[in-house]
Amino acid sequence: MIADLMIYLGCAALLLGALFTLLAAIGVLRLPDLYMRMHAASKAGAVGGGLVLLAVALVCFDAAVALRAIIGIGFLLLTTPVSAHLLARASYRTGYHAHKLMEVDELKSKSGQTLM
Amino acid sequence: MSATVLSIATMIALVILALALLLSVVRVIIGPSLSDRVLALDLLTVSAMGFVGAIAIRTGLTLYLDIAIALALLGFLATVGFARYILSRQLPRDAGAENQP
Repeated sequence: MIADLMIYLGCAALLLGALFTLLAAIGVLRLPDLYMRMHAASKAGAVGGGLVLLAVALVCFDAAVALRAIIGIGFLLLTTPVSAHLLARASYRTGYHAHKLMEVDELKSKSGQTLM
Repeated sequence: MSATVLSIATMIALVILALALLLSVVRVIIGPSLSDRVLALDLLTVSAMGFVGAIAIRTGLTLYLDIAIALALLGFLATVGFARYILSRQLPRDAGAENQP
């Protein structure tokens, strides 16, 4: 009974994670700027991968598997913002210009000099 | 009953994740700059991890979970390395202006 419930919950988490990953891919393909694309890839991508790992933990219903899956989720949530930040910093420093839709550039002073 | 639901759900998830992989590959191909390609490769690694997780559920082999964790580690290290490369590729041109403390 409990195992059936866990399997249904795992199916829901798996489908939701796959949809979030598809959303991240659509955002990476359609958004106009590297910084906006990074917003889609790092947030929706991390949620999608984490939900799929959670689905593995729910369906298999085993303590060792659940521990490994939770370690994987924590690792993903810890490393994705770091890599996105590093990539954005490297791109900004090497002169990747933002799209004109970006109104506030906190890293640029009023004299046009970059502060990084 | 639950086995049928599980089979159908993993099949749908595999199709959706394959579509996500395809869209990321399109961005890798058309990406205007190197940073766009690196970002799309990062997303490609995450969706490949989801693919491996769905296969782990479908086949019941939990050894695939270790592959997924190793893939996440590999994607992170690859992105860090590419960021260092992007940073170091441009620096010799304006090294004097950028490296002043």
